[in-house]
Amino acid sequence: MNKYLSGLAAAVAVALLASPAPAAEKIVISQWDQYWPADLLANFTKETGIEAEWSVQIDNEDMMGKVTASGGKGYDVVFASGPFVEALAKLGLIAELDHGKLPNLANLYAQARNLPFDPGNKYSVPYTWGTTGLCYRSDLVQPDPTSWDDLLKPADALKGKITMLSTDRWLMAAGAKSLGYSVNTVDPAELAAIKELLIAAKKNILAYDDTTFYSKLVSGEASLVHAWDGWCNFGVAENPAIKFVIPKEGSDLFVDAMVVTAASEHKDAAHAFLNYVLKPDVHASIMAFSLYKVPNEKALAVLDQTLLTTYPTLAISSEVLFQQEQLRDLGDGQKEFTRVVTEILAAQ
Amino acid sequence: MSELTRRLVLLGPGLAWFALFLVAPCAIVFVYSFLERGTYGGIDRVFTLENYTRAADPLYLGIFISSARIAAMTTLAALLFGYPAAYGIAAAPKRWQVPLLILVMLPFWSNYLIRTYAWIVLLNREGLINHGLEVLGLADEPLPLLYNDFAIVVGLVYGYLPFMVLALYSSIARLNPETLEASADLGASGLRTFLRVTLPLTVPGIAAGCVFVFVLSIGNFITPDLLGGGRTLMVGNLIFNQFLSARDWPFGSGLAFLLIALMMLLLLVQAVVARRAGGAGLHA
Repeated sequence: MNKYLSGLAAAVAVALLASPAPAAEKIVISQWDQYWPADLLANFTKETGIEAEWSVQIDNEDMMGKVTASGGKGYDVVFASGPFVEALAKLGLIAELDHGKLPNLANLYAQARNLPFDPGNKYSVPYTWGTTGLCYRSDLVQPDPTSWDDLLKPADALKGKITMLSTDRWLMAAGAKSLGYSVNTVDPAELAAIKELLIAAKKNILAYDDTTFYSKLVSGEASLVHAWDGWCNFGVAENPAIKFVIPKEGSDLFVDAMVVTAASEHKDAAHAFLNYVLKPDVHASIMAFSLYKVPNEKALAVLDQTLLTTYPTLAISSEVLFQQEQLRDLGDGQKEFTRVVTEILAAQ
Repeated sequence: MSELTRRLVLLGPGLAWFALFLVAPCAIVFVYSFLERGTYGGIDRVFTLENYTRAADPLYLGIFISSARIAAMTTLAALLFGYPAAYGIAAAPKRWQVPLLILVMLPFWSNYLIRTYAWIVLLNREGLINHGLEVLGLADEPLPLLYNDFAIVVGLVYGYLPFMVLALYSSIARLNPETLEASADLGASGLRTFLRVTLPLTVPGIAAGCVFVFVLSIGNFITPDLLGGGRTLMVGNLIFNQFLSARDWPFGSGLAFLLIALMMLLLLVQAVVARRAGGAGLHA
């Protein structure tokens, strides 16, 4: 027998012998880019024997498109922000979680166990949380900004040196909070007032920017930007003069969470992944990599504490975070909400 | 094999491809445009014309018009830059024409997004152009070159100029040189020959190039986002936002269909113009 054939025979024999054990399971995870350490999936496979494939999602909207188009088939674990978890649950696309398979839920902060968009973690496990606010060059902006009005009604020196987020919910939240409204308002009179404020603000901004605002701060193209706390840290990493502040009128609390699709054929493996992420050292490594806060009390205990001084937003307490208002799905109010957003973005 | 079966065999794969991946999705979009958005962003199977009546709203009509304005400026600029270039290539020695045409198409070798980001590097306030002007003492203040309609038009012209040049080249290269000689022999100046002979005979190329550039520009949504800084909403962005942020697939489908209808109308106009102008003075 030539050696290739004998090798083949040996491989067949091994396969036959191995066949009683379950074949290595494989799960597909839809997750943003740059949101977990590069070796996380490999370490997960090493520890559990479950293979994991990463499908990159651009944003929540992209994820919703993929998941609703396929009815969730082809994905086992999906990452989604709070309002989208709510919509996925209402659409029946995600499974109720089996807490018996998630002992590490106990590591979470008490607040993270009872989030309004998903009380009692029925469908979702929070992954990161944070807020939006003002990210600025403290060497170029004096005095330090404290209010949404510093962004929306800027001093002359800042005109044309400001960027705002254009993702609908956060764009509108800046106006809503400045006027003392809820970030979830769909009241027509309140929407009209927000619209007027944001259209007036538009002439003073350099651009709407959801992705490169921190590099505009670093280059000096912009001095003050509307930003997520975690992404502001990418700027801080390059220039320590960059600071973040939650405006005094308050802001939103956003939660990015993990869910298991209802269509998943590997629900046990998907739960194993969720439970793995909740391990203190794993969740801490995610915080150190993404520079977003994680809702895991035990993870904060094992985190490299120097990060908290380098990136002050990571030290924002869960109490302060919980004074901010949580984003909820708007349901039927979404249509009117989107129309107002379109009017703002189309205004000349 | 009869002529008919041979044609079917040759056309089959291409037709099947178009039917499966172009016609079928368009049909689905067309059906969706008559349905309703569910409360949580799904699709409710209820017949409605609301998506089309909503599109007639001055807000959306205004977005269509401002997109058409930007696409028209892009088309005009591409024609003004493209015609001399195409004429130059067609007039160059034969052995230079292919290398020159390859140069025109060279930008397609890199990704559209990367080429668009390159313009950000050039145009921004701290960018190469503003820096150059400052060094030369031509500007005291950085010029606002980026995040406005000017930057959108620059990006679109850059992106779609090759289509204009190729369409014009194919028309100009087919001009019968004898018609130009006849015009000169009859005493017409170069300018007069160009205006009375060359230009009318290349109308089909102009029409084709203009429709290509206009149609591609009006549906673009990346350039207004990156170079326009999201400050101008074009119809491509509007449709994109309906499908994604708003999760309102039915309304997005209705808007997409109106855009498709507009494009088909333009292609029809182009076909009529080309047919009227075609024929005389060209090589068979």
